[in-house]
Amino acid sequence: MKTNFKYNIIWFIIMVAGFYLMNTLILVGVINTFIENMLVTIGINIILATGLNLIIGFAGQFSLGHAGFMAIGAYATAIITQTATTPVGFYLSVFAGIVVSIIAALIVGIPTLRLRGDYLAIATMGAAEIIRIIINNMKITGGAAGIFNIPQLASWPTVYIMVCVTTIIIVNFIHSRGGRAVTSVREDEIAAEAMGINIFKWKLAAFVLGAATAAVAGSLHASFLQTISPNDFGIMESISILIIVVLGGVGSITGTFVAAIVLGVLDTVLQDFGALRMVIYAVALVLIMIFKPSGILGTWEFSIKRIFNRFKRKERVEQ
Amino acid sequence: MTSLLQVDNLVKNFGGLTAVSNVSMHLDNNELVALIGPNGAGKTTLFNLLTGVIPVSSGSIVLKGDDGTFALNGKPAYRIAKLGLSRTFQNIRLFKNLSVLDNVLIAMTSRSKEGFIASIFRLPSYYKTEKQLVEEATKLLTIFELEDDMDVLAKNLPYGTQRRLEIVRALATKPQILFLDEPAAGMNPEETANLTQLILKVQHRFHITVLLIEHDMSLVMNLAERIYVLDHGSLLAEGTPDEIKANHKVIKAYLGEGE
Repeated sequence: MKTNFKYNIIWFIIMVAGFYLMNTLILVGVINTFIENMLVTIGINIILATGLNLIIGFAGQFSLGHAGFMAIGAYATAIITQTATTPVGFYLSVFAGIVVSIIAALIVGIPTLRLRGDYLAIATMGAAEIIRIIINNMKITGGAAGIFNIPQLASWPTVYIMVCVTTIIIVNFIHSRGGRAVTSVREDEIAAEAMGINIFKWKLAAFVLGAATAAVAGSLHASFLQTISPNDFGIMESISILIIVVLGGVGSITGTFVAAIVLGVLDTVLQDFGALRMVIYAVALVLIMIFKPSGILGTWEFSIKRIFNRFKRKERVEQ
Repeated sequence: MTSLLQVDNLVKNFGGLTAVSNVSMHLDNNELVALIGPNGAGKTTLFNLLTGVIPVSSGSIVLKGDDGTFALNGKPAYRIAKLGLSRTFQNIRLFKNLSVLDNVLIAMTSRSKEGFIASIFRLPSYYKTEKQLVEEATKLLTIFELEDDMDVLAKNLPYGTQRRLEIVRALATKPQILFLDEPAAGMNPEETANLTQLILKVQHRFHITVLLIEHDMSLVMNLAERIYVLDHGSLLAEGTPDEIKANHKVIKAYLGEGE
């Protein structure tokens, strides 16, 4: 019990230290607005990709519809904060986005999660397109033009805190009863069912949790960029989230963090190259897939507990 | 009718093919029963029907367990598993990329009462239930001498140990009936002898009913209290090992008719 507490405290200290480090760097001027924008984009991508990694890497369900749930969160925030321009209004809109995307995930998931592999990918892609087209044709969402002048209620500290909260929730879920059930579904559906695991229920649980975190990312995206349109949430957005997951390692949350940061930095650095940027980006992806097909980190996870145990073992050997 | 598991007129058709036709059988408490038959006789299909992996075409399966009487036909596999029917697979189906400990913990999932909120926010009750689960799993693994391999990935275990782990995993669901699908397949005589001891140990220690499919006749004749013989999807004979050995129909099914 006490040792568990110790690891939680260490993680908490790391998170707080990261916050103050960034805060100081901004105050000193090392991080300018340009870099700050990059960091926020990376943060939003981390939230999106950890959620998708839960669905693809841990539950083994190949979903291509993540941008659809992101759109729901983005529009919830855009619509609500235009009338309620307060931080309370923002958090209310995040909550509303989560609720609506959970409902959407249930409606999408219940029929489609009975499918496997490629079929599921196509079905979820279609579902995300449906969400996008509904938004495109509604008055309240501003149609194809989207919504402008969304009040900026989310700055980098909000994004930072949300990255921490969603990651904690997903990682804790993975290391619980539910996470084990979900992973067993990925490993072998027939064996999981023979062990008394309701595979459909757990697939849906992972899908819904992933969708809820995508909605949070969408809210942050809308509030930070202040402009959204249905085209931001097309198939390309789903694929770029998928790229982060695959590149970092399917089934590694640490890998998702690394890949989101690497790609975010690469994206910003390559902005000077203009049209050549997408070519270099694509070449980098191809190279990594050739030389490390399991992603940068495979299924490896960073663990403070493991580091501590290694230290202890060393001490024992030396004694 | 006080049998633990009562199967009546079970039928399974795959299109025009009748894989299992009119099979009636029963399993009593704490009994060790074997199911034998030539290749393609429908033994594994029968297992899959009983454990709900594939749906029954017609017939009834009734469990009279500790918690009451349940009709099992039409229930999904996970419900049947929760009611106390657990199994191993002919071609080992472990969770290969997970550790030995995780394999056993997963089998305890449906019995654990760990809440979603408690695990997300790491409430004290999460650590408590988690500790209990790990302790229980460790105890079970120790009985089967797997405690040193707890952190090894299942796919890295030697073949015989994988078979043993599959039995441990099946036991972790606290079954009333354990179905073993060819547990000795691919084992050498020494491993088979160890397995025989293991199955006896399981049956005595956990007081459960065991139904096993096996081609190794020495193992079957040593272990089984009762034997069912299946051929072309229907029951050919039922009886004690000695009765089966002397049964002409069984000999004919296995060896063909003499000229």
